[in-house]
Amino acid sequence: MTEEAPLSSTPASNRPRWGAIAVWVVLFAILGLVGVGLVRSQQGPIGVGAHVPLFSLQTFEGETINVADLRGQVVVINFWASWCQPCEEEAAELEQAYQEFRDQGVVFLGVNYVDTRPEAQAYLERFGITYPNGPDLGTRISQAFRIRGVPETYIVSPEGVLVDVRIGPYVSLAEIRAAIGAPWGNRSDG
Amino acid sequence: MMAKRRALWLVLPAFLGALLVLPAAAQTSEPTDDQVNAIAKNLYCPVCENVPLDVCPTQACAQWRATIRQMLAEGRSQEEIQQYFVEQYGARVLATPPAVGLNWLVYIVPPLALAVGGFALLRAFRNWRRAATTQTATTPIQPEDPYVARLEEELRRRG
Repeated sequence: MTEEAPLSSTPASNRPRWGAIAVWVVLFAILGLVGVGLVRSQQGPIGVGAHVPLFSLQTFEGETINVADLRGQVVVINFWASWCQPCEEEAAELEQAYQEFRDQGVVFLGVNYVDTRPEAQAYLERFGITYPNGPDLGTRISQAFRIRGVPETYIVSPEGVLVDVRIGPYVSLAEIRAAIGAPWGNRSDG
Repeated sequence: MMAKRRALWLVLPAFLGALLVLPAAAQTSEPTDDQVNAIAKNLYCPVCENVPLDVCPTQACAQWRATIRQMLAEGRSQEEIQQYFVEQYGARVLATPPAVGLNWLVYIVPPLALAVGGFALLRAFRNWRRAATTQTATTPIQPEDPYVARLEEELRRRG
């Protein structure tokens, strides 16, 4: 004896399942954000040829320096910290280079990275550094340059373009001269 | 004369007692390590990734803890100290990210994902149960073997 199979239920309506669509849209949006974050985190520091990020640096003396106002001059931007041992290796040489090039229109800026003011100022005094230095408040400047650590030095041409990047300390004054002196003029010879 | 002596015996102990208490009062204004670490544990080392400031062993972290100690001694509140660190080193030093901008996702996405996942599982279970019940109800009873059909017929006649 066979029981007749009941009629199967009517198929689901053909209207779109908005709930499921919304979930997938949100999911892909979040994955997109994560992807963008991952890509950004994998980017290295800004490279040679890029326009240098514009920023303002408030020095320990209270002076405000805008990088945009330095157009037309070579700018040496050095990221450092008092707790950074390799930074000490180049500190004296950087000051020597500053003294050598200051009359040739080369500007030196020191950006103090995640440091405490008393220790930073003690560091400057210990190495006799006289060019402008200031704290990187909120790490905004270092984030704009996407630095990976300290010391890092960026040399900017008079046109505002990055022409040299140094990851780690300079080993000698000659290296600093070579980096500043080439290729846009004979500044090292005066 | 006697009155003066009596007064001296009253004033002298009070004076000596004050000498004992006052240094202790001065000591209690110095923040303790526990007070410093209570704030430091809510901050992360700006240099070392994912290391709370209260356990970070580096020299730089020791300097930052000293900064917290100094600010506590100045009478600053925890919120003021945290705000100072945010201004100096960015919002990433906070153990709990501020709920601004895209940081809202950190607070919304996990519970939302849990709720959506739970709801999806619940619907899946219900669908499986409904499908199993429907299948059982709609399976036609057909004897595969004529012998079985005869046996069932015989049982129905006798039973």
